[in-house]
Amino acid sequence: MSLHIQNLQATLEDGTDILKGVTLEIPNGEVHAIMGPNGSGKSTLSKVIAGHEGYVVTGGSVTIDGEDIGEMSIDERSRAGIFLAFQYPSEVPGVSNANFIRAALQSRLPQGQEIDAVAYYKDLYAKMDLLEMDRKFTARAVNEGFSGGEKKRNEILQMMMLEPKYCILDETDSGLDIDALKIVSKGVNAMRSPDRGMLLITHYQRLLDYIKPDHVHVMAEGRIVRSGGPELALELEKHGYDFLKEAALA
Amino acid sequence: MSYEDATTTLDHETREAIDIDRSKGDFTFPERHKYDAGRGLSEKTVDYICDVKNDPQWVREFRHKAYKIFNEKPMPTNWATKDLENIHFDDIRYYLSDGEKPKRSWDEVPEEVLKTFERLGIPEQERAFLAGVEAQYDSEAAYSNMKEELTKQGVIFVTSAEGLKEHEEIFRPWFGKVIPSGDNKFSALNSAVFSGGSFIYIPKGVKLKQPLQAYFRINSESFGQFERTLIIADEGAEVMYMEGCTAPKFETATLHSAVVELVALKGAKIQYVTVQNWSSNVFNLVTKRGLAMEDAEVRWIDCNIGSRLTMKYPGVIMKGRRARGEVISIALANTGQHQDTGAKMIHAADETTSNIVSKSISVGEGRATYRGQVHIPKHLKGCKNNTECDALLINSHSRTDTYPAITVRGNRHATQHEASVSQVSEEMLFYMQQRGLNEGQAMSLAVNGFINDLVREFPMEYSVELKRLIDLEMEGSVG
Repeated sequence: MSLHIQNLQATLEDGTDILKGVTLEIPNGEVHAIMGPNGSGKSTLSKVIAGHEGYVVTGGSVTIDGEDIGEMSIDERSRAGIFLAFQYPSEVPGVSNANFIRAALQSRLPQGQEIDAVAYYKDLYAKMDLLEMDRKFTARAVNEGFSGGEKKRNEILQMMMLEPKYCILDETDSGLDIDALKIVSKGVNAMRSPDRGMLLITHYQRLLDYIKPDHVHVMAEGRIVRSGGPELALELEKHGYDFLKEAALA
Repeated sequence: MSYEDATTTLDHETREAIDIDRSKGDFTFPERHKYDAGRGLSEKTVDYICDVKNDPQWVREFRHKAYKIFNEKPMPTNWATKDLENIHFDDIRYYLSDGEKPKRSWDEVPEEVLKTFERLGIPEQERAFLAGVEAQYDSEAAYSNMKEELTKQGVIFVTSAEGLKEHEEIFRPWFGKVIPSGDNKFSALNSAVFSGGSFIYIPKGVKLKQPLQAYFRINSESFGQFERTLIIADEGAEVMYMEGCTAPKFETATLHSAVVELVALKGAKIQYVTVQNWSSNVFNLVTKRGLAMEDAEVRWIDCNIGSRLTMKYPGVIMKGRRARGEVISIALANTGQHQDTGAKMIHAADETTSNIVSKSISVGEGRATYRGQVHIPKHLKGCKNNTECDALLINSHSRTDTYPAITVRGNRHATQHEASVSQVSEEMLFYMQQRGLNEGQAMSLAVNGFINDLVREFPMEYSVELKRLIDLEMEGSVG
């Protein structure tokens, strides 16, 4: 059981190569981190896995638990268990957070089956408490007027509510102060489970002080150039990315 | 079933199984009209209608005068869409009825007509939350009834034909006064050939707790529906009136051209709620205006979803001091549709207040136009207007235009105008779809979010219907 990315290649609509053959396997129960400089293709990788239509997959495959998801639409992938915590979450004006999350949960139920409102709110409030979110968040429009930190917390809240099989967190640590980072990490750590795989995409080692990865990969120019244990992140912290790029070229 | 479907070879069960919701209004019954004015419009057509309806002489004169005005007035294509030229007045049938008086009980309504309104859920709504209902089928009301206790309080809720004959002393002084026949070409047309519609009178101080409702149903092809409604709320009275409309999808264009006049006397309140869901080949050209006297309030709450072309600018003339006027409107224009809507606020007394909130949604190649007119003359003081118009575009082919005209003379007034255009962006859709919503659900949610604050203004029963209609429109709009 794993999220398996095999030789994945993708371009922009204009043909610009972004992913040049990425191979990565995230088994259930493991947390992997991808680090790398800006423009290395980290965020693109997360969007391509989620099925973003702005990219053309030109080769390779993504399978979850053995099932190829290449032909699935964005929402089908979501319902199949892929969750992406966005670096820049969209605002959805006029739609309350509570209704949005409820609609997302509802989309996972068979037709004709309704979510139990009482159980839903109980669950929602418990998870909001863990993330130290004010109850008022339920009535506020999705991400509208949220601070950077509130948006990120909201992403983690949605992740906790949807309980996906595979979580991809795209630069969740960016724009967070240390307190917010601790709270967000608490939420992510609470989600760690033998039945779930996680992929953290980050620019900085800082996040990995709070969420300990099992494996660390370094991405540069559309490829994974190095893989290792948690110590790799520390090495990067010390030497920076230039060092790695040179190593990769050598 | 004992009736047959004239629009398609599929039987009802099959069609309902395939597409029950979207076809809610899209069905028709064979025509059984005793009275048919034939195609085209002439003096003779006007006389035919007068004869069938047994109009008093003053009404006959009123109609003929209006007919002349209609002929003299050019089509307003100098400012409005050229699509108006596609209305072929000679092909339209101006009056169709079975010659029966409206029934007071659904049991007496002809079976097919009853089935029509049952499918549209009208008797059920009446039992659930309405104080009275009028159900119009082509030219005339098939059913009109109101709760008994209202009759005892002196409330009048009858068809316009009954109003002008049985209640001439209340009806005639206001009829055609808020909207003169010559207001525009289509108000003249309506004044010449009107039939159906409601006459409502709420006596002094009577406050209706439940709404009155009218439902306008077109069943026949190449037909024009010209209902005429006059609502008078006497001093301190309060009423909410709701109207709904549907027609089947015919091959040829259908015309709906109503005139609605509201009179709110001192301290009275009238709320007029419309949820229009005409099929996509109906020309919907409606003139609606209210008169608000001292401390009175007229509110138009208007939702336009269907039709080929809607031109509708509900207005309020604030004639008494501290009168208030409000237009809250939602328009959704899908491919092949043009919603040309807006509001008209005429301040004619001191300290009058008007509020316009308009939200339009253009989907596919749909087009939404807002036209607003706010007039505050120089000699008045303490008048206020607030105008907000927001447009939401869904995909790059859609179009939205805003033509606000705010004329404020003198410096003792306050006006505010805000306009915005936004889009459901690819990134917003991606975000929502990533959470598991399919494209249609995501767009529905975005649209419902956009109009969320206005939907609250609709009575609960209607806001549920509104949400359902929007869901259907959005589901149908994704490829």
